Amino acid sequence: MRLTPDEIIFWQYGFFKLNATIVFTWMLMFLLAVGAKLITRHLSTDLTRSRWQNLLEIIVTTIEKQISEVGLSQPRPYLGFLGTLFLFIAAASLCTIFPGYEPPTGSLSTTAALSLCVFVAVPFYGIAEQGLPEYLHSYMKPTLIMLPFNIISEISRTLALAIRLFGNMMSGTMIIAILLTITPFIFPILMTLLGLLTGMVQAYIFSILAAVYIAAAAQVRKTRQKVDNDRNHQHVHILP
Amino acid sequence: MLIDWFTVGAQVVNFAILVWLLKRFLYKPIIDAIDAREKRIALALADADAKTAEAQKERDEFLAKSEEFDRQRATLFIQATEEAHAERRRLFDEARQAAEELRVKRQEAIRNEASLLHEAISRRTREEVFAITRKTLADLATTNLEERLVEVFTRRLEEMDDKVKTDLVASLTKTSDPAIVRTAFELPPAQQAVLQNALNETFSTEIRIRFETAPNLISGIELATDGQKIAWSIADYLLSLERAIDELLQEEKQTEAKLEPSTQERTNP
Repeated sequence: MRLTPDEIIFWQYGFFKLNATIVFTWMLMFLLAVGAKLITRHLSTDLTRSRWQNLLEIIVTTIEKQISEVGLSQPRPYLGFLGTLFLFIAAASLCTIFPGYEPPTGSLSTTAALSLCVFVAVPFYGIAEQGLPEYLHSYMKPTLIMLPFNIISEISRTLALAIRLFGNMMSGTMIIAILLTITPFIFPILMTLLGLLTGMVQAYIFSILAAVYIAAAAQVRKTRQKVDNDRNHQHVHILP
Repeated sequence: MLIDWFTVGAQVVNFAILVWLLKRFLYKPIIDAIDAREKRIALALADADAKTAEAQKERDEFLAKSEEFDRQRATLFIQATEEAHAERRRLFDEARQAAEELRVKRQEAIRNEASLLHEAISRRTREEVFAITRKTLADLATTNLEERLVEVFTRRLEEMDDKVKTDLVASLTKTSDPAIVRTAFELPPAQQAVLQNALNETFSTEIRIRFETAPNLISGIELATDGQKIAWSIADYLLSLERAIDELLQEEKQTEAKLEPSTQERTNP
């Protein structure tokens, strides 16, 4: 029983190998990049525009809106990272409708890599936003005792991200594979549809969680300032 | 082992490349396009706002001008009305004045006409009286008017009192010019001789006489010297006749004047 596309190895030279995960990832990358390039080649700044441009604009503005709803009021700097996370996972799930395709997100290596990216991106954005001392200080909030718990939470949520996505994608393909052996007709198609739905939901969950983590790291100071402001505001209200 | 660490590393790199690719080919161009469009829309809206503001301003200006125009029109209308009233009053005054002048002229004309008519009547009356007298005299006494006139005039000369007579003599002798005898008609030589004799006898001196005719002296005769004049005519009789006629006319007018108000009272209830 094959649990992950990592096991399909096309070529290997010592530590280096070319497995299905990497190949399908490259295919997805090619699809996304070339598709984007083709559509954005003739962008119109006029009021009339092509359907494809409209689709891309809807996708990009929706992602932007979602990021800002999470709490990042200026979503532009985070759009590249969070948007790509969503688009990559969503594309990986959508392509499961093609026979013979193995979603790279069904490999724990890929999900672990994505989680690692989030794991790195969170402090990166946190430091960029607050500065190193302030960011490090945030681990000792509310008291120093919380430092180990904060670190454990940081690691565990990264693990949870990786395993959640992997479990969902792997189980989807696994169920379809099992069903194909039992009932070869119709039922696997329904499961594929369900798989598409869960794939989109997973893409949404993964990117939203990443956004929430980044927002939490980046917005600590701002949140505190906001709390202080609110308190002052309350004082103003009480004093008279 | 589910995790292959080489694959993990490769996927991290792959993901990083994908982020760069999508940034390069997707997010940046799309966001730029959206920004450009929003900018255009914002510009268009700002332009529309500016135009709206301008239109509003122009509308306000137009309204202000319209109000100003209305006000001016009202002022001009009032002014024109006043001018028209003044002009009407002036024209009325002029018309009244013209009517008054016309009335005065007409009255004058009527008066002139009346006086002319009066004069004509007088003349005609004198002529008629003269003609009647002449005819009557011819019929009754087989004599003519001229003879009788000279006779009457000579008798009057004789009957003159002495003081007048001496004054006349003094006047006649003082001047070298001949005395003038005016008659309304050409005296026949016989009558002229009779008159010359009568004058010579009366004033006991030779008196030079020049005869003249004056149609105004209808049926009359007069002797004029330097500053003195003796005359006789039927003018006095005619004057009394005129007075009698005038009195008659006045009575008729008064009667008419009395009648008119009563007629008006009857017609106006």
